[in-house]
Amino acid sequence: MDLNLDAPHSMGTTIIGVTYNGGVVLGADSRTSTGMYVANRASDKITQLTDNVYVCRSGSAADSQVVSDYVRYFLHQHTIQLGQPATVKVSANLIRMLAYNNKNMLQTGLIVGGWDKYEGGKIYGIPLGGTVVEQPFAIGGSGSSYLYGFFDQAWKENMTKEEAEVSILISMLMP
Amino acid sequence: REETSDRERGRGAIGVSEKMTFTIPIENGNGVKNAEADSQRTLYPYVTGTSVVAIKYKDGILMASDMGGSYGSTLRYKNIERMKAIGKHSLLGASGEISDFQEILRYLDELMLNDNMWDDGNSLGPKEVHNYLTRVMYNRRNKFNPLWNTLVLGGVKNGEKYLGMVSMIGVSFEDNHVATGFGNHLARPILRDEWREDLSFEEGVKLLEKCMRVLLYRDRSAINKLQIAKMTEEGVTVSEPYSLKTFWDFKAFTNPTVGAEGSW
Repeated sequence: MDLNLDAPHSMGTTIIGVTYNGGVVLGADSRTSTGMYVANRASDKITQLTDNVYVCRSGSAADSQVVSDYVRYFLHQHTIQLGQPATVKVSANLIRMLAYNNKNMLQTGLIVGGWDKYEGGKIYGIPLGGTVVEQPFAIGGSGSSYLYGFFDQAWKENMTKEEAEVSILISMLMP
Repeated sequence: REETSDRERGRGAIGVSEKMTFTIPIENGNGVKNAEADSQRTLYPYVTGTSVVAIKYKDGILMASDMGGSYGSTLRYKNIERMKAIGKHSLLGASGEISDFQEILRYLDELMLNDNMWDDGNSLGPKEVHNYLTRVMYNRRNKFNPLWNTLVLGGVKNGEKYLGMVSMIGVSFEDNHVATGFGNHLARPILRDEWREDLSFEEGVKLLEKCMRVLLYRDRSAINKLQIAKMTEEGVTVSEPYSLKTFWDFKAFTNPTVGAEGSW
C-alpha cells in the first residue's frame, strides 16, 4: 500500500460553528493527513484572528494558514485605525476577498465565527470559490458529509450554549 | 521576463476539456498536472444556483428562482437569495457560481453609487444596467476568465417594461420571457404557449409557479423553496420564501403491490 508521503498536507476535516443565544461555539477535529498517513494528530484547526473573531480551517493546511495569517494582519491594522474591535462581518469579508480573488490557487474552506457588539454572535461560511454565506450554523471539511442529515434534524433556533456544545461533541463522533 | 520555450518547460500539447477550458499538461515524472493554478482563469464553478425564470406581465416584470446553492451534486445551502434589487428600477437574478454573483453585486453597487453621486435627478434604469452587465460579461469572456453566471435583468422605468438576459460568454438579448439553465428547456416551451401581453399579477404568478413546479420535478438541483419578485413602476419587491404543492398520488404508489411483478 503506497503511503504517498509527498501528497499535499490536507486536513480531512470536520469543522462546525453554531450560534446560540449570546454567542457562538466553534468545533473542529485535530487530524492533519498526507495521503493515508496522519501527519499531525494534535492540530489546532480553530485559529484566532482577533480577540473576538476566530476561524475554523479546512482543506489545504498551507492555504488556510496563510489566509489566516494575512487576515489577522489586516484585522490588526484595521482595529488600530477603527479604534474599536473589528466586527465578524468585516473579518469574513477580508477572508472572502482573499478566497475569491485567488480562487484558482487556493483550496480551503473556512468557517468564520465571533461576537461583536452590533450583531452579536455570527457565523459565516466561506466555501471553495469565495462565496460568503451567513448561517445560524455551518459545517465544513470532508468529514461534514456525515453531518448534513444530523444537523437537519438536531439543530433548532435559540439553543443554549450547552445544547450547541453537545451537538458539536456528538458530531465529532461521526466518521 | 524569461522567455523559455514550451519544450524546455516540458509542456505538452494544449488540449480542451469538456469544462470549456484550455489546459496545458505539464509532465514532471509524477503524472501530469494542469497549469490551471498559474493562470488567471475561472475554470469551474463551485457553489451554484439553478434556474431563474422571468416574464413580462401587465404591470411590469415577475421573476422567480429557488433558494438553493449546490456544491457539485450536494445541495449544500438552502437559503441563498439569487435575486437582488438594483437601485429603484431593476432586479437582477442569477444562476451559476454564487461567488461571482456576489462580485457582480459589488460592481453594481459601485455603479449605482457613482450614479447617485451625480445627484442630477437621473437614475440608471434596467436598460442601462443590462448594457453594463453585457460589457462586463463579454470582456471577461474575451480574457478567458468568465464570471460563471447567467444573469436575468428586469425592471420598469417611466412606464417601460424591460426584461433581458446575459450569459457567461456575453450573449445578450431581450425578450418577453427568459429563463436560465434548465429553465430554457423546461420553462420556455410552457411560456411560449401560455404567455400573453396582458397577464394579471395573479395569472403571472400562477404561470411562473407552473414553470417552477416542472423544474422542481425534473431539475435535480432544484429545491422546493422559492421566491417570486415583482417589478412595477412603484418599485421592486421580493417575496418571502415559500414552497409549492406537488403531486405524488400516482396509482402505482398508492397501491404498490398491484401489478408489481414485472413493473418498474
